[in-house]
Order: sequence, then C-alpha cells, then structure tokens
Amino acid sequence: MIKISSLAHVYEKGRRIKFPDWEIADMEQWLLLGASGSGKSTLLNIISGLLEPSQGEVLINGTDLYTLPARGRDRFRGRHIGIIFQRPHLIRSLDVLDNLALAAVMAELPVDHERNLSLLHDLDIAELAENYPDQLSQGQLQRVSVARALVNKPDLLIADEPTSSLDDENANQVIQLLTTQAKDNGAALIIATHDRRVRDHITKTYLL
Amino acid sequence: MNIFKISSKNLVRNKLTTILNIILVAFGVSILSILFLASTQISSKLEKNAKDIDLVVGAKGSPLQLILSSVYHIDYPTGNIPAKDAYKLMQNPMVKRAVPLALGDNYNGYRIVGTDSTFSNLYGLSIQKGSFWHKDLEATLGNTVALTSGLKIGDFFFGAHGLTGNGDVHKQHAYQVKGILKPQGNITDNLILTNIGSVYKMHEEKHVEGHSNVSEGAKEINDKQITALLIQYKSPMSVILFPRMVNQSTSMQAASPAMESARLFSLIGVGIDTLQWFAIFIMGIAALSIFISLYNAMKERKYDLAIMRCLGASKSKLFFLVMFEGVLVTFIGACLGLLIGHIALEVIGAYQESSQAKLTGFTTIPQEVYLIWIGLFIGALASLIPAMQIYKVDIAETLTKNR
Repeated sequence: MIKISSLAHVYEKGRRIKFPDWEIADMEQWLLLGASGSGKSTLLNIISGLLEPSQGEVLINGTDLYTLPARGRDRFRGRHIGIIFQRPHLIRSLDVLDNLALAAVMAELPVDHERNLSLLHDLDIAELAENYPDQLSQGQLQRVSVARALVNKPDLLIADEPTSSLDDENANQVIQLLTTQAKDNGAALIIATHDRRVRDHITKTYLL
Repeated sequence: MNIFKISSKNLVRNKLTTILNIILVAFGVSILSILFLASTQISSKLEKNAKDIDLVVGAKGSPLQLILSSVYHIDYPTGNIPAKDAYKLMQNPMVKRAVPLALGDNYNGYRIVGTDSTFSNLYGLSIQKGSFWHKDLEATLGNTVALTSGLKIGDFFFGAHGLTGNGDVHKQHAYQVKGILKPQGNITDNLILTNIGSVYKMHEEKHVEGHSNVSEGAKEINDKQITALLIQYKSPMSVILFPRMVNQSTSMQAASPAMESARLFSLIGVGIDTLQWFAIFIMGIAALSIFISLYNAMKERKYDLAIMRCLGASKSKLFFLVMFEGVLVTFIGACLGLLIGHIALEVIGAYQESSQAKLTGFTTIPQEVYLIWIGLFIGALASLIPAMQIYKVDIAETLTKNR
C-alpha cells in the first residue's frame, strides 16, 4: 500500500506545488493525469525516492521513504519499485539478458536467469535475449525496459509517459502490456500521462 | 554479473580509447622496467666480477680502461708492465694475494688469459670436467666458452692475436683443452685460462715468423712483460697507502675497481636519468589521456549511471565502478608493460655482441612490483575527478531529459 500525505515541493526557481493526498491499495492501477508542467514527473520522482520533497511524507508498505538514509532509499527503490521511462534507457554495453541481470545486481539481489527468460518470453521478446540495445527497435526497447522494471518483483510499477511517442496500435499494446504484467506480477501500477488513449483502460485517476 | 563485468564490457565497447590508454601505460611501464632490469643486471655483474679485487696495477693510461680490460675483459689493455716490477709488488707485505694477467690473444672472441693458480683461488674456480692447466699450451675453458665453441677435453685450438676476431692466427702452437670449469655466473665463464708461459710462447713465434713488429715482439720476451696485476690487500688500511705508493714510486698505475665502476656508472647514469624522465612523462600523458576519455565518456554515461541509480545502486557503488574502470585499464597496461619490457630486454640480450655483459629478460626484481602499484595509482588518480561527478548527477533530471 502506498500513501502520500501533505506533500509539497518547492522548485529551485521558487515555484511551489502542493500535491493532494493519495492512497493506492495493493495491485490497484491508477492514472496520473495532468497537463505538461503540472508536476507529474516531479511527483513520480518523489514517489520513487529520487527527489526529496520539501514537505510531507511518502509511505510505501509502511516504510517512510524519506526517513531512510540515502543508501537505504536507493536499495529500497531497487527492490520495491520498478520504473519505466518515456524513453527506454538501457545500458548499451550489455546485452538484453545482462540488462535484466543488472537490475537484480544493483538491488543486491541474486540473479534469477529462469525468471528473466520467462519475463522476456511473456513479453514476446525471448529471441532478443542476446541482442544489444542498439540492435533493437524503439518498441522492443520499451518492452525490455518493462521487463527490467519487473525483474525484482516490485510492489509498485511506475510508468512515465510510456505512450507519448508511439502510434495508436503500439500505444494500445504497451498499455495492455503494463496492465496485465502489473496484475500478473502482483504490483500496483501508476501511469503518468496526458495521453487520452490511456484513459479507456484504467478507471482510477489522480488529477494534478 | 558484477562490477568487473560491467566495467570490462564498457571498456570493450570503447575499444579504441581503451587500447590507446593501455598502450600508453604499457609503453611507460616497459621503458621503466627495461631501465630497472638493465641497470640492476649491469651493476650486479660489475659487482660480481670485481668481487675480492681491491686494486689493479697496470701500464699508465686511463684507469677506467685498465679496469675494463683486466677485470671485466671488455676494453683493450693500456699496455704492458715489466714482469720484474710486477713481481716486486707481489712480494709487498701489504699484499695478500696478487694475480698476474697476460692478455693479448683470443679464440673466437673469447679472451685467452695467461695467469697462474692464484687466479682460480681469487675467483673460487672449480673444475667440472678434466683438470686445471699445468704445462705450457694447456688450457682450461670457461663454461660458456665450452658450450658455445663445442670444444671438448683433448681438443686442440689456435689462438688469434688481438682481443676480437680471427685475423692473425698463431698457427705454430695449438692449445690443448685440459679441463672445463663449472659455471661461475661471472666473467670467468667467458675466458680461456692458460699459464703465462703459453702466452710468451705464442709471441715468441711471431718473432720467428718475422711479423712487422719484430723488434717489439723480441723485446717483450727478453724483458718479460705482463699486462696487469690483480691485487687483494691484507688489510683495508692499505686502501690509501698502496695505490699512492704504486703511482708515485713506479712507472705503473694503480686503479680501484670499486671507484672506477662507480665512475662508469655515474657516466651511464645521465642517460638512464633522461630515459627515466621520458618514461615518467609518458606515464603522465597516459594519466591525462585516461582522465580525458573518462571525463568525456561521463557525458554519455550519465544516463547509464542514472539508470543504475534507479535500479538501486548507491552513489558509492557507482563511484567505485568508474574508479575501477580507470584502474583496470592501468593495471592491464602495467602488466602488459612489464611483459613487453622483459621480452624487449631478452631480445636486446640476444642481439648483444659482448658476451661478457649479456642482459636477460628472464629475471624479475622486487622494484617491478612498484611499477604495478604506480600503474594502479595513476589509474585511480585519473578517474578520481570523473568518478566524483557521480555525486553531482541529478538522476531525476537526467532521465526525464531526452538524450
């Protein structure tokens, strides 16, 4: 269960955003809506423990993220939160399977190759396991980054504008992928978007 | 999957830069290792060959030349001294042991040394096969001479006049091999030992043959001359008195191997110093190159590092990752450099003409460990600033911005 309360952030330039309180139960799927510049990315960064808010608290499964030391917060993020970025960033010197293994290594968890392979299989990219990122298409990269976010069986999956650069068909696929994968892996899901196409699939919305 | 694999994969991805950096480090380290190895080998050889010889008495001329010719058997002798005067010095109470040397001939570039049994006592020689020389025209071969010439006990061979080359062979008298010495690890491995009488006999023949220097050759025998005298003192007290006595009251000169080889080394030292600075300069360039390539790569790697942070890596882990990459490059470079240094020295040794001071790459010296440490230090130093940037990168901002 994820809970944020009385959260606010002050930007360096002095602008201040107040975020409404929010409670996400286990395995719930939410949309985070808002126009560009409304602070969607900021909120996601705060929830994922990358950006310390000026005020308020973030509770994930009873752990107050910002009372953890920086190092503990990094490890907590690695083990409990899977993040999918608008642009799929993979490590270019490692092949797909090593990119997945990296997620476990960085979170200081044992590498489970069987699971990683079956993840790739579920995402229909099993044959790409030994390819390098620069051999993959944008859509394939996106799938690998979804797989990577799921490697450590996270409690929460966060996707930041996953569809903005995709056409209708691909956008639909990615949303399907995210919702089913989140369900299958027992994770709650937050999709931040200003894309109307996403709204048909997920009913709960949090508006900024 | 560990830090080592991530680093090495990244290094392989940037092959050209990595190779350039490795080569720079290897080049610097190999020059330094060649210098270290060569100078320790030379100085240990100089020391070993001059062991137990306190003073050399020979004809007037350059003292360095006297030492080089009669202790290290490299240069030409300064001339001859009257045997009469030499024997007088040998009786001096300050002298514990005096070894007369008569040089002048060679066999295939190996010097034939006319001397007496004191020579084998001085160098602690022992026989591997056969016996020491007893009569005129009997010879005992150093181990290396026997190995390379293929001469066996009972074989005959002709000496040639001069210290190198086979130009002027003394065909009238042949030496007979009486024995072969055990390997000594010093200059005696490369010498052919005989008695002084044999050397006189050789040059007597020259006279009969009617060579150009008839009168000189005849005089040499009539007056009985030898080339030099190796002297060991009874007590260290004589260090000051004895050479002064020789230099002032006789027509001969005295030279100390210790002093002359120190002087020789200080002459070579200038060259060694220059090369050393050159190598250090190259190592500096290597450090700069590693720094620049890591620093530039950080622009691109920021994304990789930000992702790793997102995946749960702490700042200190990534700091270590970047440091490790730099150190890995210099470590490989340093090991490669040592290898190149050893191989190069072995090759130099193989092409060397003077068999007396052959260099070899098949030895190691403890200082070489320092070269590896220096390599690691340079790697750490060069990657420190790029690695520090880990602490400055704002992951959230890096990842939301497009590449």
